[in-house]
Amino acid sequence: MKGIKLRNYHAAKYDEPIIMEMGVKGRRGIMVPPVHEEIAESAGDIKDLIPEKARRKTAPNLPEIDQYHTLMHFLRLSQMTLGMETGIDIGEGTCTMKYSPKVNEELVRSPKMADVHPLQPESTLQGILQITYELRNYLKAISGLDEFSMQTGGGAHATYINACITRKYHQDRGELEQRNEVITTQFTHPCNAATPATAGFKVIFLPHKNGYPDIDALNSVVSDRTAAIHMTNPEDTGIYNPRVKEFTKIVHDAGGLCFYDQANANGIMGIARAREAGFDACHFNLHKTFSSPHGCEGPAGGAYGCTEALAPYLPIPLVTRTNDHYHLDFDRPKSIGKVRSFFGNLEVVLRAYAWIRSMGPEGLKTAAEISVLNNQYLTHLLLQIDGITAPFAEGKPRFEQVRFSMEKLKDETGFGSHEIQDRMVDFGIQSYWLSHHPYVVPEPFTPEPCETYSKEDIEYWASVIEQACKEARETPEVIRKAPHNQAIHRIKDFEQAEDAKRWATTWRAYQRKRKNG
Amino acid sequence: MEKKTFIHPYIPNSVPEIKAAMLKEVGLKSVYDVYNEIPEQLRFKDKLDIPEAITSEYALKRHVEEILEKNVTCREYLNFLGAGCWQHYVPAVVDEIVNRSEFLTAYCGAGYSDIGKYQARFEFNSLMGELLDIDAVSNPIYDWGDAAGRAIRMASRITGRNEVLVPKIIDPDRLAEIRQLCQPEEMSNAIAVRLVDYDPETGLMDLNDLTKKISNKTAAVYFETPSYLGTIEDQGKEITDIAHKIGALSIAGVDPITLGVLTPPGSYGTDLIVGDLQSIGVHMLAGGGQSGFIAFRDEEVYIAECPLEIYSIMETVEEGELAFAEVRSDRTSYGSRDKGKDWVGTASGLWTIAGAVYLTLMGPEGMREIGEVIVKNAKYTQNRLSEMAGVSIKFSQPNFKEFMVDFSGTGKSVAEINRGLLKRKVFGGKDISGEYPELGQCALFCVTEIHTKDDIDKLCVDLKEVLQ
Repeated sequence: MKGIKLRNYHAAKYDEPIIMEMGVKGRRGIMVPPVHEEIAESAGDIKDLIPEKARRKTAPNLPEIDQYHTLMHFLRLSQMTLGMETGIDIGEGTCTMKYSPKVNEELVRSPKMADVHPLQPESTLQGILQITYELRNYLKAISGLDEFSMQTGGGAHATYINACITRKYHQDRGELEQRNEVITTQFTHPCNAATPATAGFKVIFLPHKNGYPDIDALNSVVSDRTAAIHMTNPEDTGIYNPRVKEFTKIVHDAGGLCFYDQANANGIMGIARAREAGFDACHFNLHKTFSSPHGCEGPAGGAYGCTEALAPYLPIPLVTRTNDHYHLDFDRPKSIGKVRSFFGNLEVVLRAYAWIRSMGPEGLKTAAEISVLNNQYLTHLLLQIDGITAPFAEGKPRFEQVRFSMEKLKDETGFGSHEIQDRMVDFGIQSYWLSHHPYVVPEPFTPEPCETYSKEDIEYWASVIEQACKEARETPEVIRKAPHNQAIHRIKDFEQAEDAKRWATTWRAYQRKRKNG
Repeated sequence: MEKKTFIHPYIPNSVPEIKAAMLKEVGLKSVYDVYNEIPEQLRFKDKLDIPEAITSEYALKRHVEEILEKNVTCREYLNFLGAGCWQHYVPAVVDEIVNRSEFLTAYCGAGYSDIGKYQARFEFNSLMGELLDIDAVSNPIYDWGDAAGRAIRMASRITGRNEVLVPKIIDPDRLAEIRQLCQPEEMSNAIAVRLVDYDPETGLMDLNDLTKKISNKTAAVYFETPSYLGTIEDQGKEITDIAHKIGALSIAGVDPITLGVLTPPGSYGTDLIVGDLQSIGVHMLAGGGQSGFIAFRDEEVYIAECPLEIYSIMETVEEGELAFAEVRSDRTSYGSRDKGKDWVGTASGLWTIAGAVYLTLMGPEGMREIGEVIVKNAKYTQNRLSEMAGVSIKFSQPNFKEFMVDFSGTGKSVAEINRGLLKRKVFGGKDISGEYPELGQCALFCVTEIHTKDDIDKLCVDLKEVLQ
């Protein structure tokens, strides 16, 4: 791209040993509170307090490191992590890598959140219960649905409770034995197939027709065996399915339920809702659309919402309100019960609450609009690069993300989306994410330039991809040997992770298998 | 023309001139040219029914702080609640690292750009492996109960059997989570959950009942040490041997903070180990700090059936240089959708970093010392409480940090007592009387290293007043 200067970047490299190799016997990282003399006297000898059989005989082989060097080690590892905030994280599509405001972190870290026990009496939890209740109201408005549970520990967990609720719903109608099929589409997140399968349903896939879920296929598979459909819209590809209401009608007419995976609702917040499209339930990932940081994969939150008809089945407890007092309602006889201990990840709920309050109705809509605009701009830039295409739904715009293909580049240069991924990071941006399985789009990558990213970020990102594609044609050795500016070199071979004799998930296994082998 | 644009500090491109330039560049009049894909009747045209934005950061902070102010914290009141979420000290260095932007905001960046994250995770696994005395550790899942359910499902697939034995003394919520994963009997893939009785005197698993109930249908025996009600289950080896004899697997549930002083389940041949990381470096967060780990024997069959992501240390083309990559990614639902093992998703990854820093700071001596301090503080509390008229400690078996205080002899209910304690700024133990009516008016108290002698003595003074 014209006028974009790529950074002369190199990742932090400390050549940091594995912690198990560090330390000197006798060093201490922290001291624990001593036993008070009178307590020691009253309690007696430790040998008499722990049954012989249960007493640890050999100390765990943990490293012995002082505090400064413990800090130094992990600080170095953090610096060797690009994360989201230093790396223009446009590439991790479907994940909505948006800015997580720092002020919300301060709130989460305050003792008023961090030092609260979930089993405290209700009267002492009023603050966090109010926040949970209010967030429920906001999500009701955003989805148009009637009730929300914040209990799940993540988005896929929410699709699981939908499978459990679906089961209970049909069981109540005496139809569970017959309704044992859940339908999903190819471009819906894999958990929508995996969680009903775990719950004991048979899973049926709708193929796509030019990028759209095939409505004729739906008509042919839907029947009195249909328990539910799990689908998303826009799909992982960013393609919006305008016939969504027909889908929900077909499934409803057959007696099934309709679940809308809105893990990523970033492109349509305030623009379109689950209710109008005919869905019975949906979920929002609070760590995507609602700004809670991704935290090296959690803590996460999958707020699950549903219509009044399904609300009795929600996990217990729900937060309710009478006058100005908030309650935990456990008295819900039709509930599917618990899916997560206590009330879920309420620190994630708190961040989502604060973020929505900082945005207001207009801000949420602006975020959606800008995320879609950003995506049009990125698409415009990427499609000018020789070798990149956006398969299917020709001439139709994508919403907040696009599943692009480097098939043409691969055909012409031998390098596809994996190889470009290994090179892009050399320019100081986070690696992109490819695709969920199956790889319907060949040599895929799926960027999502949400509202966090500036026009300049988008231009820089596209320029990096352009540069890497150019190198694939002009200086193939650069791509073949990438990465060049990272803390480490290319992984020797991936067979190491497939072979039981070589893989090692802990240092002790590694020592046993390789160092001494 | 569009009305006044909302320019937000979190949205750089909300500046009208930038928007206009981008629209021009892509050849659109408005972003609604894209939204035209949405049929008219599906568009939401009203204003969302949520409050107007609090635009200044200061005002936002004030607003949320004022709501949170209504929470009473365990710093303000003296806390003796545990039951799966425990008040331990979180070292300052743990907070410093966990709150590092790079770790806090990283997601699925690949092995090169996020190498530090992968190394920290591998170090966590390695430290846990030593603590548990076992060779393979996977990425974590939502919480202990979910980890237990996943381990039971693994055992069922490995053995081809569909029944699991779990202790009757188990957190009802954890049991509910396990049942939720084992599926109701109507489903073809259901795993029947049967409860094994406990010895009313000791609180330990009743091995006679176990022997009676175990059969060649049993996929696994799941046990916990310490148990939900606090007793140290010291029959892990016997339980494991009974399970193995009939071809079933043994699954242990443990609280990692106990393992400086308690026998690691790996040492007596347990096949799978689960538990929660919250005790080692994670704040209580009103129950938001839970993270379920799964560890297992490093054998192909366990790896093959594990539904969670597993990472291996790797070698690079440079001699002596290490990297990390996922082991057999086609196992998971990311790799094979409904044909994968259960499902995997974003869960609680950050807490592995907390755990890694915590275990490093503590080292072997710290883990031993903290175990001893906790056991002694808890024992002192038990000694003091049992001096009170009508108050006794349920179960003869020793405890780690939690123990059952039986108030049946006082003529007062736990609910009444806890109300009295609350007035004195004390959160009394969890009321167990509804969960195990056969045990009478018992409360599960939790005492850890954060409790001083003064704290415990205050509890005793307050309790005396309440019981009068």
